[in-house]
Amino acid sequence: MQAKTSAALPQSYVGTRTVRPDGVDKVTGRARFGADFNLPGQLVGRVLRSPHAHARILSIDTSKAERLPGVKAVVTRDDFPDQSSEFIPAGEMMMNYRDVVRNVMAREKALYEGHAVAAVAATSTAVARRALKLIDVQYEVLPHVIDVVDAMKPEAPLLHEDLYTAGVEPKPERPSNIAKRVEIGHGDIEAGFARADVIVEREFSTQPVHQGYIEPHAALASVSEDGAVELWCTTQGHFIVRAHCARLLGLDIGKVRVTASEIGGGFGGKTVVYLEPLAVALSRKAKRPVKLVMSREEVFKASGPTSGARIKVKLGATKAGKFTGAFAELKYQAGAFQGSPVQPGTMCAFAPYDIEHVKVIGYDVVSNRPKVAAYRAPGAPISEFAVESVVDELAKKLEIDPVELRLQNAAREGTKAAYGPKFGPIGLIDTLHAVEKTNHYTTPLEEWQGRGVASGFWFNIGGETCASLTVNEDGTVSLMAGTPDIGGLRASLAMVAADELGVPYDKVRPIIGDTGSVGYNFLTGGSRSAFSGSMAVVEAAKQIKADLCTRAAKLWELAPDQVAFENGHVKPVGDTNGRHKPVSVADLAKVAGKTGGPIGGVGRINAQGAGPSFGTHLVDVEVDPETGRVTILRYTMAQDAGRAIHPSYVEGQYQGGAAQGIGWALNEEYIYGADGKLQNAGFLDYRMPVASDVPMIDAIIVEVPNPRHPYGVRGVGETPIVPPMAAIANAIENATGIRFTELPMSPPKVLKALKERGLNGVKA
Amino acid sequence: MARVVLVGNLAQVTDGAGELDLAATSVQHLFQLLTERHPALARHLEEGVAVAIDGQIYQDALLEPIAPDSEVFIIPQIAGG
Amino acid sequence: MAKHHVTATVNGDAVEFLCETEETLLDVLRDTLHLTGSKEGCSSGDCGACSVTLDGRLVCSCLVLGCEVAGRSIETIEGMATGETLHPLQQKFLEHAALQCGICTPGFLVASKALLERDPDPTETEIRYWLAGNLCRCTGYDKIIKAVMDAAAEMRTS
Repeated sequence: MQAKTSAALPQSYVGTRTVRPDGVDKVTGRARFGADFNLPGQLVGRVLRSPHAHARILSIDTSKAERLPGVKAVVTRDDFPDQSSEFIPAGEMMMNYRDVVRNVMAREKALYEGHAVAAVAATSTAVARRALKLIDVQYEVLPHVIDVVDAMKPEAPLLHEDLYTAGVEPKPERPSNIAKRVEIGHGDIEAGFARADVIVEREFSTQPVHQGYIEPHAALASVSEDGAVELWCTTQGHFIVRAHCARLLGLDIGKVRVTASEIGGGFGGKTVVYLEPLAVALSRKAKRPVKLVMSREEVFKASGPTSGARIKVKLGATKAGKFTGAFAELKYQAGAFQGSPVQPGTMCAFAPYDIEHVKVIGYDVVSNRPKVAAYRAPGAPISEFAVESVVDELAKKLEIDPVELRLQNAAREGTKAAYGPKFGPIGLIDTLHAVEKTNHYTTPLEEWQGRGVASGFWFNIGGETCASLTVNEDGTVSLMAGTPDIGGLRASLAMVAADELGVPYDKVRPIIGDTGSVGYNFLTGGSRSAFSGSMAVVEAAKQIKADLCTRAAKLWELAPDQVAFENGHVKPVGDTNGRHKPVSVADLAKVAGKTGGPIGGVGRINAQGAGPSFGTHLVDVEVDPETGRVTILRYTMAQDAGRAIHPSYVEGQYQGGAAQGIGWALNEEYIYGADGKLQNAGFLDYRMPVASDVPMIDAIIVEVPNPRHPYGVRGVGETPIVPPMAAIANAIENATGIRFTELPMSPPKVLKALKERGLNGVKA
Repeated sequence: MARVVLVGNLAQVTDGAGELDLAATSVQHLFQLLTERHPALARHLEEGVAVAIDGQIYQDALLEPIAPDSEVFIIPQIAGG
Repeated sequence: MAKHHVTATVNGDAVEFLCETEETLLDVLRDTLHLTGSKEGCSSGDCGACSVTLDGRLVCSCLVLGCEVAGRSIETIEGMATGETLHPLQQKFLEHAALQCGICTPGFLVASKALLERDPDPTETEIRYWLAGNLCRCTGYDKIIKAVMDAAAEMRTS
């Protein structure tokens, strides 16, 4: 930054801890989330869901429900035109419209307990509930399959008669539940393993876990007589919702206006549609607004968790600790329709390491449970849990410190990634060193306590982004972004705008625009919103600065190159320096109308250049030999943010992801009965971490700037959930000598393992 | 000629020809050349791939230039959650 | 079945409403009184997003029936600030970035206020166990606990 002059310089905000501009509404209860919107005359919507895990739907008779006084609309599969098979380029979670329409409303079959079969809109909750009971659905119950390995067997109940495994040559003769086989790698792993002095081979299993957002899905749709749709919903991507609703209901995109409410958590689970097309279809039929809100039970039974999986890992190294060959086989559940994150799982598995010979195979497998949805770094936490556990075992066998072993093999700038291209500047090594240097790393441990470390990676993305900046008549700035603010985005973008324009932070008012007000934005996810949004803001600010310079030059009758923008002011430069006093953004805003019209800029980009974020976690645990309970004693994590626009919200992403990983490691899982029904569809028995389950989480921000972003920013939101499970498994091994290969490592499992080794009992 | 590597299942579609040398000047041009040689690739390229040019990953960037000596990887597309 | 006619006090104001037997206090607050600050996360008393105080006692409003509060006094998140002045807890939550998505924040603020009214100087462990009934999925609780401790310290000195 410049040296101070006599003129008061605007403060630089990026990198400081400002108070978020949307904060007051959130601490007073004023902020409106999905279920907080209401319209006059609105109807209550409710969804009828399949009680069976797998059944053919023979008939649906809604006549009695339609005749019930107070029922204004009923929709079923007949209200949604069938969609031909078409894959939507939507990232790694392959989506096919033919599957989307069937997930939103079952057609030929109910494919999981909770699958939507019909929906009603009525004048009250009581009437809606009664109406559901009057809908007569005839099912032919079929055998179901839940477990991924069971679903892969040739004799398993078949979910889709037309599903033939893709990625296999020749194409299989018979359909199966294996949707796809994927493979990545380079080199020759047989040669790699031949060169190894030590090889560790292990199998692992994980269970599906839910994103666990506290706010259930909610949508309020109002369709007018000319077919125009207004939709308020809680979502990570209102433009995605718009596209899906338009497609599924045969509407012009321009006629659908979606407003994203404040969102009470998403983590990837709100990047798809569930209630939204139902709300629109019901409102269109009823000619009145229709509001649909999921109960917590519905969230668990009918919205996508992430995959459960079986993983095999084989890793070889020389005595000195150099990895020579790496193999993994991943089997991921996709739920009722294909599209698990097994592909990124294969790409991320060995991503932190420089290994000459790598091969990873993955299988995408359907089974009778809800279609999986993205969950923070989709696919990576599962595969990296397995790999980081094996790295730890290898370290023990080689008698090399686990951080040192990782440092020796760490990917760095120029390393060829396991998935192909070379890395640019990356911070894995910096995070390993950061963790090694902490006091935590060397604090002595007591009996039944153990320490574990693990690293993790996510690619991060850019994507289509529009942001506008408008300078108001009094010099304040209105900022409109288009990616829902999950936690701190508006603050970060306002800080960038303030720095770019040289105006005070509290004079920038950011909002998230609806789909009618701002240009197309890809969803909030992929750790992209601050990265891409700030790029678009910089672009918008550039336009404004150029415009302000043009106006000032004309007012001063100078040539365009005789003025420049500096610290929130336009001033004459060069020969004309000092001829006129610098004018501020506010000064020029006052005469905007007289100098050409309103002042503003729009950044419309497809942000490229996202840089990966690496992280390393260090955890101390204590195992209670009497109960099998694992307590997290201490947690330290270091992750590369490139450049932290708002350090508190970067730390917040780190700590939140770590807490989700702790839950994934120690307690969270879906428990199904033999009847294929979910037994723990509530927060009591789907046990997420509470405040007394975790200690303070020390979050260290490492900054290896991303050369392709104007401020050096990297996405940070997803990587934090990748290392915790392995770090904790490694710590438990350190404490007990027992290597757990199944998640979650819940008290009954830990106690059983302790008993098997005669280690259980009251602590001395 | 840019060296182009097809990662993962894409190599299957080209009958194992996972590495090719192509005189492509942009991503769009690259897709054209690939589809001419291997028509079955067209669907995959449309369904969504990411293109890494000299280590930089691009998604949906048809107009991005490719230099004569670039190293290009076509990898599955990524988003996140 | 006729609705119940209930009068009560909410955030110091007298209120009067009709409710069905099965309507919870949360339903009444949100749908009838239009106080949407209390949130529905689970309807089974496990997440604390609906936390309010009933005659000074911290409760999950999803576990209280609307017709149970006749003649009683309810305090919600909407009553926490005094005019333009935020409660120290609200202020500290903002300063410490103790909220990301904010859906759990009203519940945490109401619960924390109830704690500090009973015990103005709780330890970190006591705070964590008191707030164990409030789920947060975004923050990992670190900054929430720090905000509560900081607010408690400030309230002790004022």
